[in-house]
Amino acid sequence: MSHLTNFEVFLLLSVVKVAVVLVITLTCVAYTVLLERKVIGHMQNRWGPSRVGPFGLLQPLADGLKLFLKEDLMPLAVERPLFILAPMIALACALISVSMVPFGAVTRVSLHGTPGVDLFQVADVNIALLVILGITSIGVYGIALSGWSSNNKYSLLGSLRSTAQVISYELALGLSLVGVVLRAGSLNLRTIVDSQTHGIGPLGWNFFGGFQFVAFFIYLMAAYAETNRSPFDLPEAETELVAGYHTEYSSMKFAMFFMAEYANMITVSCVATLLFFGGASSLFGHFFDGFLNTPVFNAVFSILWFVVKVFAFLFLYIWVRSTLPRFRYDQLMSFGWKFLLPLAMANIVITSLVLALRS
Amino acid sequence: MQLALFLIFGALAVAGALNLLFQRHPINSALSLVVVMMSLAVLYWSLGAEFLAAAQVIVYSGAIMVLFVFVIMLLNAGVEERTQGSRAAYAVGIPGAAALFCLLSFVFLSERGALGTSSVGGDLSNAADNIAQISQMLFTKLLLPFEVTSVLILVAILGAVVLARKEQ
Repeated sequence: MSHLTNFEVFLLLSVVKVAVVLVITLTCVAYTVLLERKVIGHMQNRWGPSRVGPFGLLQPLADGLKLFLKEDLMPLAVERPLFILAPMIALACALISVSMVPFGAVTRVSLHGTPGVDLFQVADVNIALLVILGITSIGVYGIALSGWSSNNKYSLLGSLRSTAQVISYELALGLSLVGVVLRAGSLNLRTIVDSQTHGIGPLGWNFFGGFQFVAFFIYLMAAYAETNRSPFDLPEAETELVAGYHTEYSSMKFAMFFMAEYANMITVSCVATLLFFGGASSLFGHFFDGFLNTPVFNAVFSILWFVVKVFAFLFLYIWVRSTLPRFRYDQLMSFGWKFLLPLAMANIVITSLVLALRS
Repeated sequence: MQLALFLIFGALAVAGALNLLFQRHPINSALSLVVVMMSLAVLYWSLGAEFLAAAQVIVYSGAIMVLFVFVIMLLNAGVEERTQGSRAAYAVGIPGAAALFCLLSFVFLSERGALGTSSVGGDLSNAADNIAQISQMLFTKLLLPFEVTSVLILVAILGAVVLARKEQ
């Protein structure tokens, strides 16, 4: 019976965590697609997919199988290395951000009395928020290269529009998060979550008690533009540009773009709950702390709260998609630069003024 | 661990830089430069400069290189054509490169004692201190260069807007 050193335990647990988070994220992506189709269907007074399995629950399986088995077309004139690389960059960047999200309370698996490995966060990085912003910036290459390497007018136009949109709204996105960072005093996601547990339940959250509601709405709108979702989805609107930057892609590569889009949605929802809505903390605050106070129940309930909040944000994404019409491209760009950016800067000024006057 | 990170990402940066020189299509060169920038970010991180690494990725790889890639895509720069290397370039270039190499090796070997003793992540402890220290410096000791640099960037933006405007 051999004993493992601390480093080996850390390595083993990290590999297990990565595998679990990956599987769960990809399953969530598949079922978010189903959720979207069902919710939009019900909002349009029709059933969504309901044939494949009870309530259409096996639809993602059928979709996955179809995409996997489809013929993988590659037109002759495409720039092959970049054509193949672009969806990989998009998917990789979408999945890397999920690794820094703490999706539960701090639950350590300790060995020989060392501080141990935190079960509910894959990578505890001190500058996690900056890394997430950086990964979003790198994800732009997936879109830009896919459109250009397709050797197709529609794809190029779609990808250039999408790239310009993404890099414009990245600024508003980053600036809207500065208010939260000022309040928490750190870029570490755990620290930001912990700084929101000091109030009475929801009043401690950054949205309510932290008065960051303006920042929250800027973040939400900028994030909708970043993930190319309605009402900012002109680059991939079928009625406008055939299918934009993923026109020439089929089967697995298209599936990768699709997965990347929904994984980005999930990342955005996770970051929104962590930064503005208290992350894994309960809605009732510390009221029910004495009730069922065992480590296992605490861990399970914290994950449950996190999942409920992320689900609410995904529902909001889908709800907005089925309700609002699209922005025109020039309206979209002027909104990002002339409205959101000055508003985000004003939010930073006011937040720092209030914090400076208070201390 | 530190040494392994340095070797892998240092080698990746050098390979990216060499690939940039040897690729014939400008977009492949631009993407190799992105690889170089990101390897440099990893090297900064391994030395403890976390904020600088993140800034390198966000600003350099994520904005400046996107601009490069945009320009190459829009201007439809094609594959570089093969030309005869000029004799003068060979005559001056190879001895010049050899001289530079000898000079650098001489400097590094003579200062051998001082090298290789970097405290890994020792000076800058954690990210909060990291950002706090940088901002302390920027807003107290280096305030004038900071403000002058902002004005410089503003002048560049205004110049770009004026140059790109349509004739009226």
